[in-house]
Amino acid sequence: MEAKRFPYQLVKSNTPPLWMRPLIPVLILLTTFLITAGLILTAQANPFRAYYFFLISPLSSQVSFLEVLVKSTPLMLTGVAVTFAFATGYYNIGAEGQLYAGAIAAAWLGIVLGGVPAAIAIPLMIIGGFLAGMAWALIPALLKVRLAVDEVVTTLLMNSIMAYIVSAILNGPWRDPTSGWPQSPEIAENTMFFKLIPRSRLHFGFIVGIVAIAVLWFILTQTSFGLKMRAVGLGKPAAQFAGINVGRTTLLAALISGGIAGIAGVSEVAGIQYHLIGDLSANYGYTGVIIATLGGLNAIGVFVASLFFGLIDTGAQTVSRAMGVPVYLGQVTQAVMLLVALGMYLLQRYRIVRRA
Amino acid sequence: MFIVEMQSITKRFGDLLANDHVNFELRKGEIHALLGENGAGKTTLMRVLYGLYHPDSGVIKVKDRPVVIHSPKDAIQLGIGMVTQHFALVPPLTVAENVVLGYQNSFVLNQAQIEESVAEAARRFGVEINPKAIVRHLSVGQRQRVEILKALYRNAEILILDEPTAVLIPQEVEALFETLNHLKQEGLSVVFISHKLHEVTQITDRITVLRDGRVVGTVNTTEVTQKEVAAMMVGRETFGVSRIDTDTSDPKPVLEIIDLCANDDKNLPVLKNISFAVSEGEILGIAGVGGNGQKELAETICGVRRPTAGKVLVEGQDVTGKSPSDLTRAGLGRIPEDRHEGMVIHLTVTENLVLEHLDEFTRNGMLDHKAIRQYADDLIQKFQIKAKPNDITRTLSGGNMQKVLLARVLARNPKVIIAPQPTRGLDIGATDYVRQQLLEQRQRGAAILLISEDLDEILALSDRIAVMYEGEIVGTLPASEATPERLGLLMSGAVKEH
Repeated sequence: MEAKRFPYQLVKSNTPPLWMRPLIPVLILLTTFLITAGLILTAQANPFRAYYFFLISPLSSQVSFLEVLVKSTPLMLTGVAVTFAFATGYYNIGAEGQLYAGAIAAAWLGIVLGGVPAAIAIPLMIIGGFLAGMAWALIPALLKVRLAVDEVVTTLLMNSIMAYIVSAILNGPWRDPTSGWPQSPEIAENTMFFKLIPRSRLHFGFIVGIVAIAVLWFILTQTSFGLKMRAVGLGKPAAQFAGINVGRTTLLAALISGGIAGIAGVSEVAGIQYHLIGDLSANYGYTGVIIATLGGLNAIGVFVASLFFGLIDTGAQTVSRAMGVPVYLGQVTQAVMLLVALGMYLLQRYRIVRRA
Repeated sequence: MFIVEMQSITKRFGDLLANDHVNFELRKGEIHALLGENGAGKTTLMRVLYGLYHPDSGVIKVKDRPVVIHSPKDAIQLGIGMVTQHFALVPPLTVAENVVLGYQNSFVLNQAQIEESVAEAARRFGVEINPKAIVRHLSVGQRQRVEILKALYRNAEILILDEPTAVLIPQEVEALFETLNHLKQEGLSVVFISHKLHEVTQITDRITVLRDGRVVGTVNTTEVTQKEVAAMMVGRETFGVSRIDTDTSDPKPVLEIIDLCANDDKNLPVLKNISFAVSEGEILGIAGVGGNGQKELAETICGVRRPTAGKVLVEGQDVTGKSPSDLTRAGLGRIPEDRHEGMVIHLTVTENLVLEHLDEFTRNGMLDHKAIRQYADDLIQKFQIKAKPNDITRTLSGGNMQKVLLARVLARNPKVIIAPQPTRGLDIGATDYVRQQLLEQRQRGAAILLISEDLDEILALSDRIAVMYEGEIVGTLPASEATPERLGLLMSGAVKEH
């Protein structure tokens, strides 16, 4: 005899009902809250107050609100970068390494472009970072297109190679001669990104990020290249059958992806650190993968997702500072929220039905 | 006397009646063929016996005892083994390890001991194989032997082989038949699923012919001719054609295929010197049992599979090995065989409609959304597609998907139309619609290559019929001379007519 089975089951449904959409963020927050409340209690803090500091407080003052935007700047760029690749079915996990490639270019150009007017130097740095990121993305992209080598593996390994290159540069030729720290010499003042608002950390890179989002939207929805990208990403055999050059489309998308990740590196060097340092990126390249996925591989989604990540990044710090709980609590909450969000993203495509 | 009796087995898949009150009896120590065209219900019946499907009604008796077989595990317990074309082997493991996998209860594996016991079994059943060989290094024929040995090792007395020769080269077929004859001497019973007449008549004792889910009859192999069996298998009245004969006194060949060769995905020859021509206003039907190279033929002509030799000409212009977009420009209308792979089903109907001609809707790299929308609206109306322009294609019914594809191709008035399996999986209404469209295109003067496993379709639409068997055209007949008997003999490889 068959064993008695659980009376409900998940059934895949094609499209989630429209009324679900606005409900999903609420569900994510609620679920995360329920999961983490116990943890917060063990740290002897009030979960409601903690969540206030986590999600509301960063938005309540100008200073912290600007900090949210600062935090979302590199995420917007890596999110856009990854979306370009993923939308074409090229799983570029290498934005982290491509970001550092751009950062090295920026740190170098920031020194050699010392005497050049900012209006020329800064565009040159952005172009230089784009090209560097592109160059770093070229090898895995060629391996994929020519020899069908799995790009997930190669782009990921390229990140490790880049980490060692950065370390070698910083401990070798670029070690700061005065302090002895492993950091590159400071870039010239005229190559630093200007501040959007005086006495804040919000810099020109944010505008670059918004432009990248706009470019993503434009290319994906308004150009024939964008339609080719999506066709290749959603159905390679069909795209090939219809006469689209799958290899060329993939290669181009992969290179644009690397280039934009490179710009993220430029933005961090020229807007925040003014040096190349080993910890330049707080895993922005990897977070970009999550942002692109949560953002549903479209421009507006990526924009919203990067702002949200900027918010919870800022919130995690606010909570620990305001309530004297360990910083890791904020990080744990952030991680749980991520997992819940990814889970919801998956589960929204299912319905619960009673077994017949 | 019967080791297996299947009585009045019925199995439905949705609206499809795959097995309709099928009776099947297997004697001890015989090789029994299940013969029929694709979709006749052979494999379904055996999957029911092996516990992969559950019959909607009917009784199964094994050794005179009624049994209920829930899963392959139950089937194995009853002494039933099945070998399909898709082997379930672990390539990095040895033959011996694969044979005992899942059948060995002790926690510690004694390599030497299992190798010895597998070697012993191989000797006993006359299956020639080295137990220490790594499966990855074996040929397809050897792997099949491992699968057979795996079933025998589990004490199978009834062996089901699903189209065992489909993946084998002729020498391997000989070796397989030797093994099967040896097993028969040992008292095993074998069910041999096939659609190849000459193999069936060579190796089996009895033949059960299935057609459209029903048993046509069971005969003793020695008492029938190949012709009689072919007629049983195909067995149609000549069809009341919906095609009107047109008299083209001087037909101009539009599509010419000359000595075309290609390899399959495993790099083995799958098209062997295919030559034919299709004229203006003509439908050439390619008949044949599935898997004889029809799919690859369409792919090669459509530019998604590289030919290894030979030529494809459109109006005398050599288009061999050209890219899909060049082919479209040369006037080749290509309907993909698999709707789900031929269209990007996650894109909208509109996007799929213009995908083949993006250049025409692009101004300075930007999509001309207005023109695209206009084009899509026109086609949706003209081809009666029941969908809105911005619907995601995946949400459409099979019939409407096929209409989208037809619209994309036919809107261009192509000189040549390649239509592989254009009505597969469609309901009657949609099927009629597609056939009607093809006939209209023929009337317009297009040269149409219709590849179909559905003989009714071939007979209803074609002016001439060519039969494919194992990668070759084994005969070409005018529609008026195509009798079921002749087609059946050609399709099962019993004869060649040139």
